[in-house]
Amino acid sequence: MSIARTVPGSRAPASDVDPFSIEFFEDPHRIHGELREAGPVVWLSRYRVHAVARYAEVHAVLNDWRTFCSSRGVGMDDYATGKPWRPRSLVLETDPPEHDRARAVLNKVLSPAAMKRLREGFTAAAERKVDELLERGSFDAIPDLAEAYPLSVFPDALGMPQEGREHVLPYAAVVFNSFGPDNDLRREALADAAPHMAWVAESCQRGSLAPGGFGAGIHAATDTGEITPEEAPLLVRSLFSAGVDTTVNGIGAAVYCLARFPDQWRKLRAEPSLARAAFEEAVRFESPVQTFFRTTTRPVEIGGVEVGEGEKVLMFLGAANRDPRRWERPDEYDIARRTSGHVGFGSGVHMCVGQLLARLEGEVLLGAMARKIDSIEITGPVRRRYNNTLRGLASLPITVEA
Amino acid sequence: MPNIVFVHPDGAREELEIAEGTSLMQGATAQGIDGIVAECGGNCMCATCHVYVEPSQLALLPAMSEEEDALLDGTASERQPNSRLSCQISVTPALDGLLVNLPERQV
Repeated sequence: MSIARTVPGSRAPASDVDPFSIEFFEDPHRIHGELREAGPVVWLSRYRVHAVARYAEVHAVLNDWRTFCSSRGVGMDDYATGKPWRPRSLVLETDPPEHDRARAVLNKVLSPAAMKRLREGFTAAAERKVDELLERGSFDAIPDLAEAYPLSVFPDALGMPQEGREHVLPYAAVVFNSFGPDNDLRREALADAAPHMAWVAESCQRGSLAPGGFGAGIHAATDTGEITPEEAPLLVRSLFSAGVDTTVNGIGAAVYCLARFPDQWRKLRAEPSLARAAFEEAVRFESPVQTFFRTTTRPVEIGGVEVGEGEKVLMFLGAANRDPRRWERPDEYDIARRTSGHVGFGSGVHMCVGQLLARLEGEVLLGAMARKIDSIEITGPVRRRYNNTLRGLASLPITVEA
Repeated sequence: MPNIVFVHPDGAREELEIAEGTSLMQGATAQGIDGIVAECGGNCMCATCHVYVEPSQLALLPAMSEEEDALLDGTASERQPNSRLSCQISVTPALDGLLVNLPERQV
């Protein structure tokens, strides 16, 4: 990476790095550090966008929706100048007050009270999964644990049709690749997207969703007039998009951390009540959702640099979560850390609406592991999965012993 | 700066000076108080910064939003009439001497 002093188009320090390249995905941390040190805002010359990588600026952009809007898309595409690849999300890609009406419905469906009702069933499923894996001893922690556990609880909690659930992860991969630039990852994802999109669209209809689930709860909000019958399927779609791959990568991150850092695993073994904190710290440490964009609604100064109206600003959530200006020993995974304030779930009005569900899944699964498993050892090559937004693994071979 | 008293479930008291305009949650977590988790970082989305406010002082507080009200229905320790989320209480000079009890559990 080269950092130039001045560039046409911006007074920010410029970088030619490609944060959507395989090389970057393999090791983002060094370049995250360079981007943070370059200044409070940098100019990514390859894509002609500004970016923020320090905690303070990322947090500030996330919390100022009036200036940094989502309604022009939260990927690199600007919806003011181009058509979205799918109908716009009613929550992710809207601004208040339009956003708040739809968001309130999701808040209710995914509330702390709703989580209390799910806890027992999710815990039992976690125990069964861990028992089954202990029996096997050696397995791939990504498909067999990080994917298998959320897939054993979330689709039923949502009320998804039984048939066609194999579309869930590929659909999410398309969605999260779509936020990136027009690169191979995005083009290939969109080229293969049609069958996944068709299944999701059909599954979001009221008649497709099992009673008692999140999906039915969203449709019920049409009866009270909170949202319209036309809006309900689109709002359900948000849970299909963001409800599985995110927790898969969050759980994968936690297992990868605990397998890599035996002192932290021992600490969790000794005190299984730290499971929720161990999951949260993994979300900070690995930041499964790495980036999102906003679009400026007016000229604004960021760290002394003028950014014009209608410009995309890229937020590096993962870099903010390891900014030494905000965190002590940022590159250490420490399950006793006070993680409050990390931006792994975002911040502000668009902060992850499923964060409580993610924490519930992470907590009960890591808790079951801590109570039942004595040792975890990585026993084969660890392979990364590439996505324009999500950070996670494709393969993590491990052996566990009781 | 206004002085706020936090009482732990075992009766231990901690007095903190919290700057005006800062939330009780921010002030408490920045000064390392145990018993307030604040998983969502102050976005009124998680109900893990739950406190019980001294009933005689409740009227000093800002009114409760619908969001806060709904979240309090899901707190880990039982909701009481004096339950509030500390991220929603911005410190003002009028709150000098406020006493809040911390719940047994936040998650």
